[in-house]
Amino acid sequence: MNPLSVVARTVCNLFAWFLAVFGIYVIVHGHLTPGGGFQGGAVVATFMAFLLVAHGGRKMQSWVRKELFTLMECIGLTVFISAGLLGMSNTFFFNFLAKAGGLFGSTVPLGPNPGALNTSGTIALMNLSVGLEVVGGLSMILLYMFSGVHPEEPFGREETGHDR
Amino acid sequence: MIEVLHLSILVTIVVSGFLTIWFRNLLSSVISLAVLSLFISLEFFFMQAPDVAIAEAGIGAGLSTAIYIIALRACGRKQFRKEGER
Repeated sequence: MNPLSVVARTVCNLFAWFLAVFGIYVIVHGHLTPGGGFQGGAVVATFMAFLLVAHGGRKMQSWVRKELFTLMECIGLTVFISAGLLGMSNTFFFNFLAKAGGLFGSTVPLGPNPGALNTSGTIALMNLSVGLEVVGGLSMILLYMFSGVHPEEPFGREETGHDR
Repeated sequence: MIEVLHLSILVTIVVSGFLTIWFRNLLSSVISLAVLSLFISLEFFFMQAPDVAIAEAGIGAGLSTAIYIIALRACGRKQFRKEGER
């Protein structure tokens, strides 16, 4: 897999960051606005798809390692299941952080309001962990697909962009 | 007014789905499939399901298109070498 042309690479380098910022916004505001961990994670994984399609798999594998995405998956799953298990004194998945005053623990204000980010207890925490998990999983799917691609070119040329 | 909008979106979905199987160039087919996903996501949004619309736009129009393009680039241009078929 060879890199695309200069135009495609520049555009992908620029707009991939907008995608990443929007995806992180969707993950973090998961309990306030439409979307959540899965949707935001899919949008953030599009960041990796942009860079992979533009730059090719070989250069991407020199930038990031697959163990990084495995680590993200492991952290996401561990945080999710421990947030479920920590409320075990009442029930499984008990929301022990809500209205506790600490992390994500402030009380929701009454009446119509734009939404307070520091509310909802473990729901926001689980959104973050699901987002981390989905980013790791989908990025690893893309990386493994690239590593399964045959390296040699059919015509023996050095680069095959659409403008060459 | 909203009926015209719905109808035009549905017609665009059907037309892009037809173009997906009509194009001989596989890259054009993939782009038509992405357009179909994008308009399905727009239809979800007008049906007041923005949650599903974000998922459809992220996965249908973004990730699956990227995966198809990866697969196409892995194939090279061997699909044009078949002369006898059609």
